[in-house]
Amino acid sequence: MGVTHSEDTTAGHPKWRFYVMIGVILTVITAAEVAVFYIPALRGVLVPLLLVLSTGKFALVVMFFMHLRFDSPIFSAVFVAPLILAVFVIVGLIILFHVVPHGMGEIAY
Amino acid sequence: MATAHHPPTATGLDNVKLGFWTFIGSETLFFGSLISTYMVYKSASVTGPYPHEILNIPLTSMSTFVLLTSSLAMVLALNAVQRGSKAGALTWLAATAVFGMIFLGFQAYEFTHFVHEGLTIKTNIFGSAFFVLTGFHGAHVSVGVLWLLTLWVLTLRGKIGKQDALKVEIAGLYWHFVDVVWIAIFTLVYLIP
Repeated sequence: MGVTHSEDTTAGHPKWRFYVMIGVILTVITAAEVAVFYIPALRGVLVPLLLVLSTGKFALVVMFFMHLRFDSPIFSAVFVAPLILAVFVIVGLIILFHVVPHGMGEIAY
Repeated sequence: MATAHHPPTATGLDNVKLGFWTFIGSETLFFGSLISTYMVYKSASVTGPYPHEILNIPLTSMSTFVLLTSSLAMVLALNAVQRGSKAGALTWLAATAVFGMIFLGFQAYEFTHFVHEGLTIKTNIFGSAFFVLTGFHGAHVSVGVLWLLTLWVLTLRGKIGKQDALKVEIAGLYWHFVDVVWIAIFTLVYLIP
């Protein structure tokens, strides 16, 4: 979306029916997340399953509701770069505190 | 997206929108640090209440549905403004703000319930990490609600029209960001044991 003026400000953006469809998909995924949480048989794969479902929801909102799918890649870059860094920080600290043997996970407060 | 009087920029993009995406990037790191702190310390408390004893999944699931619905209402508000529909913009901006306030109501109820159950920000490290993370998110939602109500009043007075769609789009970016942060919090804080 550049600075070029356009009378049709919805140009390049989907119609409202598309947004409603995304909303329905997000609702279904959230219902699936909660269902998965309460199914004992899925305990073994609960964490990866929840992470996949959550990542899907995250991607749908960012791509379609925040329009990154239709906007300049520069907007995507200034958002995705810190997002990757944040994920590395989260995963790194979890590994450091909870996975590494004799790490800092022994600390209790 | 910009208006005809906007001067050309080096990137060919609107500077306000680029600046706001940069702000969202910084907010991503801010919430990333809060989430990682919670993940590290949630199971490090030596005294209760512990997360599995106190977190209310059905209640939080409902508040998650409410916030997701508000995101849909927000994008429909932007769509209405872009189409020049004042009635649509007023309806969907109001709906977004109302859903945001309902979400805040759920959070206020949850916080009050936790305090009655003996969990405060000072009780243990889980309480500190939980209240700081969800409290900062709630503060962001509160700012978003005030922003939406301001846009609603401006639209009602005829000061926001089709040519001002960028103003609503920027508010929408903020609101959707608050929503995606909650998507992460709901999974990492509430659902993952």
